[in-house]
Amino acid sequence: MSTPLTGDLAQIGKSVVIKGELSGSEDLYVDGQVEGTIALKTNSLTVGPNGQVKANVDAKAIVVQGKLEGNVTASDRVELRKSAVVTGDITTQRISIEEGAYLKGKIDIQGRAEKAAGK
Amino acid sequence: MRLFRGSPSASEAKAAEAEQKLTRRSSGMGELSRVWESDSPLCVLDLGSTSPTNIRHFTERGHRIYSEDLLVASTEPSLVTKDEEGKVVLDSRKFLADNLVYPAAHFDIVLCWNLPDYLDESLVRPVMGRLWSVLKPGGMLLAFFHTKDAGPDSPCYRFHIIDKDTLEMQRIVLRREARRGPTGAVHTAITEGFRLQRVFNNRHIETLFRDFASIKFFLARDNVREVLVVR
Repeated sequence: MSTPLTGDLAQIGKSVVIKGELSGSEDLYVDGQVEGTIALKTNSLTVGPNGQVKANVDAKAIVVQGKLEGNVTASDRVELRKSAVVTGDITTQRISIEEGAYLKGKIDIQGRAEKAAGK
Repeated sequence: MRLFRGSPSASEAKAAEAEQKLTRRSSGMGELSRVWESDSPLCVLDLGSTSPTNIRHFTERGHRIYSEDLLVASTEPSLVTKDEEGKVVLDSRKFLADNLVYPAAHFDIVLCWNLPDYLDESLVRPVMGRLWSVLKPGGMLLAFFHTKDAGPDSPCYRFHIIDKDTLEMQRIVLRREARRGPTGAVHTAITEGFRLQRVFNNRHIETLFRDFASIKFFLARDNVREVLVVR
């Protein structure tokens, strides 16, 4: 199980629909629908089992249990759980994918040196 | 004790089959692995079911991997249409508008696995044409074809790369729960598995890859021909 990176956690419930830019400095749990962009540079995003995210995501850590459509950049790690359905390119330092997860897209593992060089 | 518990249900037996993994030696992959064991970073396209093992295998070696499950994509209900004769087919134009959308000459390696044997007839040639265009000149494609001795009920497998010439095969079988694909549609084909659509003979295979520069056959013991083609 993943744990939030910090004590603060914002939640978007499964009946909530958001369109637009989401950014913040606390961890975010999305179990509803989000369309737009999500920027959580130093925090984590978790897409819950009911979550449907259609957005490019930039976060420290990203955990997907639901559906995510968009390009994903994680400075630390990406976890795709067995119920995850991801369509988009993933750029990260570390990735873990459970059996049963669906991915359509590219996986680009960038080391710290590569990131520092801006490759 | 077994008598009192009764025999396992059909779904339990199917689930056990899904868990079972077989290993097989692959001469085609053995030859192909020489390419990916080189130092230069490669672009690899895996057309089988999403395999964490394969993703790890390539990313650990510094390669970029793209994953796209074309069999699942072909079960999208909106693809179903009729041809001029009224026969039910899949719309290959729509399929290629939504799938295999990459720049020309983008990939060094394409892992096709057993896709052509299980893909709907109306998609096979258009897909192979697209694969030719996204492969770099000199790029290689690996595909597996059943021989006629394999029989019509040959199971569809997922392939995981264990070693440079060893694969682990995991059967795709019935699952009780329907699963949603990227479009949100429920894919019944996943719940029922995939059926062998046809058996290609050597001439059919050569015709299928006629635009490629070279083709090499490897006959395996399990009624499968491995084919390694070079663009």
